Order: sequence, then structure tokens, then C-alpha cells
Amino acid sequence: MATVWVIVCYLGALLAFALGSKALFRGTSNDYFVASRSIGPFMLLMSVFGTTMTAFALVGSTGKAFERGVGTYGLMASSSGLIHAACFFLIGVKIWSIGKRHGFVTQIQFFRARFGSNGLGYLLFPIFVLLVIPYLLIGVIGAGKTLQPATAGAFPELFQSDNPILNGGVPPWLTGLVICGVVLAYIFAGGSRAAAWANTFQTLVFMGMGLVAFVLIYNVLGQAGSPTNVAARVTEQGEVVQEYAFDKASGKLAKAEKPKVVGKLKHPEEVEQWAGKQPHLTRDEVEITYKAKNPKTKKVVDKTRDVGVPWLMFLSYMFIPLSVGMFPHLFQHWLTAKSAKAFKLTLIAHPLCIMIVWVPCVLIGIWASGLLPWGMPPAAILSNVLKTLIGNPILTGMLTAGILAAIMSSLDSQFLCLGTIFTNDVVLHDSKKEYTDKQILFMARSFVVGIVAVTYVLALLLQNQNVFDLAVWCFSGFAALTPLVIAALYWRRATAAGAFASVIAVVVTWFTFFAMSGFGGEITVMGGIMPAAICWIAGALAMVVVSLATTPPPKETVDKFFV
Amino acid sequence: LLSSSNLVFGFMPVGLAYHALYSITAALFWGIVIKFAWPDDLEEWAEG
Repeated sequence: MATVWVIVCYLGALLAFALGSKALFRGTSNDYFVASRSIGPFMLLMSVFGTTMTAFALVGSTGKAFERGVGTYGLMASSSGLIHAACFFLIGVKIWSIGKRHGFVTQIQFFRARFGSNGLGYLLFPIFVLLVIPYLLIGVIGAGKTLQPATAGAFPELFQSDNPILNGGVPPWLTGLVICGVVLAYIFAGGSRAAAWANTFQTLVFMGMGLVAFVLIYNVLGQAGSPTNVAARVTEQGEVVQEYAFDKASGKLAKAEKPKVVGKLKHPEEVEQWAGKQPHLTRDEVEITYKAKNPKTKKVVDKTRDVGVPWLMFLSYMFIPLSVGMFPHLFQHWLTAKSAKAFKLTLIAHPLCIMIVWVPCVLIGIWASGLLPWGMPPAAILSNVLKTLIGNPILTGMLTAGILAAIMSSLDSQFLCLGTIFTNDVVLHDSKKEYTDKQILFMARSFVVGIVAVTYVLALLLQNQNVFDLAVWCFSGFAALTPLVIAALYWRRATAAGAFASVIAVVVTWFTFFAMSGFGGEITVMGGIMPAAICWIAGALAMVVVSLATTPPPKETVDKFFV
Repeated sequence: LLSSSNLVFGFMPVGLAYHALYSITAALFWGIVIKFAWPDDLEEWAEG
């Protein structure tokens, strides 16, 4: 029950903090959409970083490191430090200046004006919505799946479940309702400014909780001399073993008399190379077979895991962080900045913030390889390490609050951006009627309520589907669209036809690979290349070739967008 | 317009330490870009 109270206190503090921004709300649609372009450097950093980092930053990074080892950090975090900041500098700052000069509040307004094409807006609108919705569902469903086991036993009479791990825990339908309700309350009231305030609070919470979890786990595993000694090791017989055992009653970690065998090398001839080594500590690839229970049939089956990261995958993964250049919700945050100078802190601090969150989580994932069953779902690793080693309900509540903070700091911006797009790019753009500012504000809030309601219903309907596999496809789609924004900002010769060709090339290649993956799940093609890289190249080529083959855009149009 | 399982600080695999240092280098790089290549004209242009 203590866990539930900690989470309730967190949600209460979040609401109070976010609604505190209402005192600064100016009652205009411009304030609702872009906070009257008044957000300073620190809040801009917190809202951009908080929006960029989803629950994956805490839960996913730990799970990925549990599967692939130390290469996870280079694969996803250090590359993001360089590429995200490049997007903020080369795209974000320019977009802010163009948005301020022309009064834009959405991406589609910019693209329509830059390419002189209404049709481009109609093409981009459904793409943005379809790529953001799975992202929203991942947040709402992820919150439900996080909270239920964390609060198990709190309400044994009220919320009964056949699964003892979940019995008495807050059910996903209630978690989704509360999460959506809290986010809706402050977004409805204060729009973009409330999102910036809430994100500041949430980002500090999830960064803090990640560090707290790390210190606690480090102290327990330090009994092994170094916590990293705990990571799984390969024996001279080619078996993968967990050498340490943790006794929960005494809180002691000791070397097991007989190491627990959790798997074996798939290719026995590699024994000489790997004997005595801990595969999670290097990026070199090794295939390990292990046993896991099939969640549907309950039968134990043999599975194979690729520990390490193939070089081509490592290289082509550099395209994934480009997605921040096209996220509509991040676009809106950029437009809230008080000045171009407000971006300076974000550029420098963003790579460091990523490091502060990801290094501890990757280490926890590596250490977990020597403690937890290898068949455990990656998303469950962080909470299970804490439950196994710490087991304190208040600390469990604090970490769960941290995970919810990471989820909600992305959800709020996404709800708001979809409401903003519907209002400005569909209704106001197509309407011949003149609306008052009050009517626009009412319309935006109505759309936000509608989007939250649709998301909640979809989350209920799809809660047993594996929507988490869609995450990499959302990122890939947005990443592959970045040639459009780069050409719009830096290439005077880019034409509307080139923009259409680029978007269509991305849609066709993206959908082809998505279908090849079985509509979800991470795949690589052509010997290890991430599909995002190929989609990006297709989009860039189409933009260049078709633009050069068509009439250049009018000089007076282009001059509006170049300093 | 950058295979050893040795540990740094006694607990951090050397590959992870390398990339943590890389993150700090990226931050320094952007700090230098801000110092020497910041587009000062954008601010004035945005107020157009």
C-alpha cells in the first residue's frame, strides 16, 4: 500500500506543479499552442529532454542491455547525444526563427508555406497522426503494465487476478484512466506552458529516480567486489553461468557453490574465444541458446539470443536519432522558446543528460544478466532487479513514479501536438469562417479531450497486443522524413514535387520493411542494416532527383525562409 | 562540419567508459560550436 501512496503523492505534486503554470496563462490560443514563445533555457532543456526520453530511457535501456550488453549505450545513447544536438542546432533553431517570423505553430503550416502546396499538408497530416498514435499507446499501455506488478498485493479483495504476480495490483484500465486524466487536466488548463512546467518536474523526477536505483543496486552488488563481477560468464565447457546468488532474507550476495547454468554457446567451436569472459561487457557478437517459457503455451522452449551488436547495425542505427528532427511534438516545444539563445543550454546539456540517465541503466541491465532468468521479458528487468535486491515498497513506489514521469513527459506533448495539428491544419486551414481567439482555444481543448479519449479506448482494446514492438517503427518513420525538413531549410532549389516524391518514397520503403517485419519488431536487412537508413536514403534521393527535374520554386516564396 | 572486458573505476566496462567520455566530448563540441558559429543574425531576422 505504501507503493500506491508514493505514486499518488507524485501524481498530486505533478498536478499542483503543472497547474501552478495556470497563473501565467494569458488566455490566448498563441499561449495555449506555443506558450507565447516565452520559455527560457532551463525549461526548454527539461521539456525537450523529457519529451525525447520516453519510458524506454529507464525501462527499455535496462532491458536492451540485459539482452545485448554494453553495446546498447553506443547503439542508442552516445549517438543520440551527437545527433539530437545536431538536429536542435541545424533544424530546431532555424525552425524557431521561421516560426516566430511567420507565426507558425505547427510543422504542416511551415511545409505548406515553404513549398507553396496545400496538398503536402494533406499528405503529411495522416502520416504524423498514424506515427504518433502507436507512440501514445505505448505510453498508456506501458504505464498499466508497470503499475500492476509494482502495486501487487495492495488491493487483494478489490482487484483479483489469476496471476499471483499481479493479484491485488492496480489494473491497467484504472492506471490508464488516471494517467490520461492527470495529463488531460493540466494540458486542458494550460496547454504548452503547462506541458513545459510538468516536463520540468517529471524530468527531474525520472533522472533522480534512475540515479537512486543505480546507487541502491550498486551498494548491494558491491558485495561481489565489483558489481560487474556479477554479470553472466562463459565457462570452459561453453556454458553461460550465473556465479553469484542473492539471499533476500539476509541481504547477502555470495558466490554460489555451484554456478547456475542459464545457457550455452550456440557454436561450441567459439569456446576458446569466450571461455572465462563475460559476453555482456563487450560489443563482440556471440549467439547464446537458453531456455524460456512460452507465455501462451506455458511450454519451455529453446531460444537464441544475440549478445553484442553487429557492426552494420551499430553504424546504421545512427539514422534512428534523426527522428527528433521531425517529431511534431518536439517541433512544438522548439517554437515555445523565448529566443534562439535559449537553445544553447539544450545543445550542451542534452548529451550529458542522456549520459546521466543511460549509463546507470545500461550497467543495471548488464549486472542483471547474472541474476535474473534469461527468459524474463526485457521490459520487466529494471523492476525485477529492484524487487529482488531492494524490495522496499517506498523505493518501489519512487522508481515506479520515475517510470511514470518518463512516460507522461512524452504523453502530454503528444496529446497537445495532435490537438494543435487538428485545430490549425485541418479546421482553421480549411474553414472559410473567421474564428475568434476564444473559439480557437475551445476548439483546441475539445480536440485534446477527443484525442485523449480515443487513446484511452484504443489502449483498452489493444492492451494485450504487443504494441511495444512498434516503437522502433515510429522512430524510423520520423527519422526517414528528415530529408524533407533539411531540404526545406537549407536547399533553395527544393520543390513541392521533390517534397511529395520524398514523402512517398519514405512511405513506400517504410511500409515494405514494416510488412517484412510482420508488422512490428526490430529487423535488419541486407546483412544487418537498419531499415531507417534505407528509407532515409530513398527519401533524400527522391527529394534531390525530382527537385532537379522540376521547375524551381518562385524566388519570392523561397526568400521568405532564408536569412 | 569516432573487445576488451577491462573495467574502469572498478565497475565500468571500458567500452561504456569510452562512450560516456564520448557523450562529454559531444557536449564540449556543441559548446565550441555555440561559441564560434552561433547564428546571431537569426534572432533579429525572426523579429522581422
